Amino acid sequence: MRVNNCYINGIGTVSAQALDFDAMKDNPAPLLASNKAVHPSYKEMIPAAMLRRMASGIKMGIFAAHQAIQDANETSVDAIITGTGMGCLQDTEKFLDNMLEQEEMYLSPTSFIQSTHNTVAAQIALHLSNKAYNFTYSNGSNSFEAALFDGMLQIHTLRAKQVLVGGVDELADKFDKLFRLVQQYKKTSDDINFIHPASTGACRAEGANFFLLSGEQTEKSYALLLDVFYFNKPRISLQDEVNDFLNRNQITKADIDILFLGYNADVNQQHWFDAYAVLFPDTMHAYYQHISGSFDTSSAYGLKLAAEILKKQTTPTSISYNHIKPRKLKHILLVNQSNGQDNSLVLIRAC
Amino acid sequence: MMYSGVAITGMGIISSIGNTVEENYYSLIHKKSGLSYTKHIHTIHKEKIKVGEIALTNEVLEELLGLPNDNSFTRTSLLGAYAAKMAVEDAHIPDMSSSRTGLISATSVAGMDMTERYFHIYEQNPSLQKYIHSHHAGNCTQKIADYLGIKGMVSTISTACSSGANAIMLGATLIEQGVLDRVIVGGTDALCKFTINGFQSLLILSDTENKPFDKNRNGLNLGEAAAYLVLESWEQVQTHSKKVLACISGYGNANDAYHQTASSENGEGAYLAILKALQKANLQPDEIDYINVHGTATINNDLSESNALLRVFSNVPILSATKSYTGHTLAAAGAIEAVYSILSLQKATIFPTLHFTTKMDNSPLIPNTEVVHKNINHVLSNSFGFGGNCSSLIFSKCV
Amino acid sequence: MTTLKEQLKQQIIEALNLEDIHIEDIQDEDPLFGEGLGLDSIDALELIVLLDKQYGIKLTDPVKGKQIFSSINSLADFVAQNRCK
Repeated sequence: MRVNNCYINGIGTVSAQALDFDAMKDNPAPLLASNKAVHPSYKEMIPAAMLRRMASGIKMGIFAAHQAIQDANETSVDAIITGTGMGCLQDTEKFLDNMLEQEEMYLSPTSFIQSTHNTVAAQIALHLSNKAYNFTYSNGSNSFEAALFDGMLQIHTLRAKQVLVGGVDELADKFDKLFRLVQQYKKTSDDINFIHPASTGACRAEGANFFLLSGEQTEKSYALLLDVFYFNKPRISLQDEVNDFLNRNQITKADIDILFLGYNADVNQQHWFDAYAVLFPDTMHAYYQHISGSFDTSSAYGLKLAAEILKKQTTPTSISYNHIKPRKLKHILLVNQSNGQDNSLVLIRAC
Repeated sequence: MMYSGVAITGMGIISSIGNTVEENYYSLIHKKSGLSYTKHIHTIHKEKIKVGEIALTNEVLEELLGLPNDNSFTRTSLLGAYAAKMAVEDAHIPDMSSSRTGLISATSVAGMDMTERYFHIYEQNPSLQKYIHSHHAGNCTQKIADYLGIKGMVSTISTACSSGANAIMLGATLIEQGVLDRVIVGGTDALCKFTINGFQSLLILSDTENKPFDKNRNGLNLGEAAAYLVLESWEQVQTHSKKVLACISGYGNANDAYHQTASSENGEGAYLAILKALQKANLQPDEIDYINVHGTATINNDLSESNALLRVFSNVPILSATKSYTGHTLAAAGAIEAVYSILSLQKATIFPTLHFTTKMDNSPLIPNTEVVHKNINHVLSNSFGFGGNCSSLIFSKCV
Repeated sequence: MTTLKEQLKQQIIEALNLEDIHIEDIQDEDPLFGEGLGLDSIDALELIVLLDKQYGIKLTDPVKGKQIFSSINSLADFVAQNRCK
């Protein structure tokens, strides 16, 4: 199937960490139960007439997309593909709440228009006047990986030369309250411990992480995106899925230098991630959601870190989960899941 | 038997014009509209707007699916599971785990039909809180996958009104690229107050039956539906001597990049999507025999789509708008119209458009209004969504 | 009428989230759409909601709205003649 290599050439991010945060050298600011993104100034990039309507996700998405394209030294793209777990939750909540409070009277069309899941991808296309392929995936915690897989496929099959792929999710007060009610996210009083979690729920956050994928290696290239696979549940066992994936890419477990896991301080999720971790007992395990916070597409932040590690050939101590040091930095495997569902495997290699 | 394209080996559908493929076909050829005032949704717009509502209640659907009492299916997932099950049965799949099988489903409503019911009362009602997990799009697909016993590549596409077509497009790509041997693709959306009020706030709901491509068109009717196709690799087809209903020979997606909801006057996004589909299918425009248009009957869409068609085709082929029967079923639209396109090929029949009386002012195009029997080889099906998302699929007879 | 015009300006600023605009910035005779304030078709729909909510006026045709919304003057005239609240 593969015809063309796929490189990660540009990265753009809006996250819960400071704008100038560099994971390679800085210590991350500790997380709270709920973490707003640190927003850059958007008005230089987005005209006031459009900015006034936009919720966090759209602003973050446009900014991160723009940053990724600039980072890659590109000016246009042949496809825009986004992943979002919950979609445009702020506008959904606004329209829904008003509809219920006002008994279906005097409803603002703006929030309805912006509540559709593909609003971020559409606004990016509008912003760039881009008429190319435009898809949005919304499938829980592997929404970003579904978008990444599609982007990779576009490159491999020569349908596109430059593809913008990203993951976006935003906070929303009332929906977040409901997610806390069912222990998906932590309450303010909950203890936060990523290594030995004792409380349920993850640390809620929001963010946008975009990548410029290209068929061509340049001096800007971070890493080669070798393969992506996603599945709802393992057909036989996780071990089999991982082995099949590595075999398809003609490598073994010993070739993996770092295993990225989505450990999220949720005591109920710990054993699901451990099930992956035990398959790589001699490999460095890394975690990142103590930096990005947790939302359905926060695994995209993990990919950002992994790509930076391969480019800079250095590993920050702040992400080490099991204190094994890698002997080299060539292959990184990222795994993610949620409650045993929406699994994903992403394999990258140093250029 | 070979044809360039991806083999379709099964289909299933539920809509306001029928609970099975056969019932839908019967309604189409007997001009039986599915539009009526809503019986199940309690909205202040109840007596003002018509919708394409499915008669089966959630309770009946749960029973037909054999679900336990404590399930957390929303109406969208019930409809989806119902249609997907029929597609799988039609394709005679004895064992879902026998080859690399996936599910790509589309939805825009997802669990909103339940969320809007319970949003303000969840805290005081722990027994209802299971529906909080059912709100998001991925959960809807997860339920369908679990119901069918699918373990593998499962994902959800949500691009508003083009979602269903895009799910089919992705599925076709996965088969062509050898990623999967078999994939169930389609979409589902239930009616709910959120979307009714949303479209009402945009002032694009009709207060009568929708009149696609008509001078006096005054907006769309919303509908609910679900439809799925089973796509299989040629190796699967040959190894298991599968019957092939039709092929997906072409597809294309492009973005209008004009406005968040309105389409550009010259239909640029639609034009590009249709061209891509033709290119993929290796067909010239004059080889298309019939078009199932997006045809929502809004002032904006029908003119924009007409302009796009006039740009592509020097002689625009016969066309019809089946949303005149079912209403606009959002993420399911591209999928139910795929089923109608396949039926067209199988039965050598072009379906009527309902409620049409007068040609549009700024377009020479007149939709077909009678049942026409004609041998058809290639059908173009258009689906255009909010955010300028334009998708076109081409279904072809397998030689 | 002056009070109504000022009221309308304030309501427009709030409904359309025009964060950097103040009442003094909106001239009575300036176009609201296209140039001037630079509002668009989505704003037109929001103004229709505003007319209903604040003044009990139901407009169902957005095309008719274009005429009424051409400036603060035309909008104030229309509201003064048709308001139910």
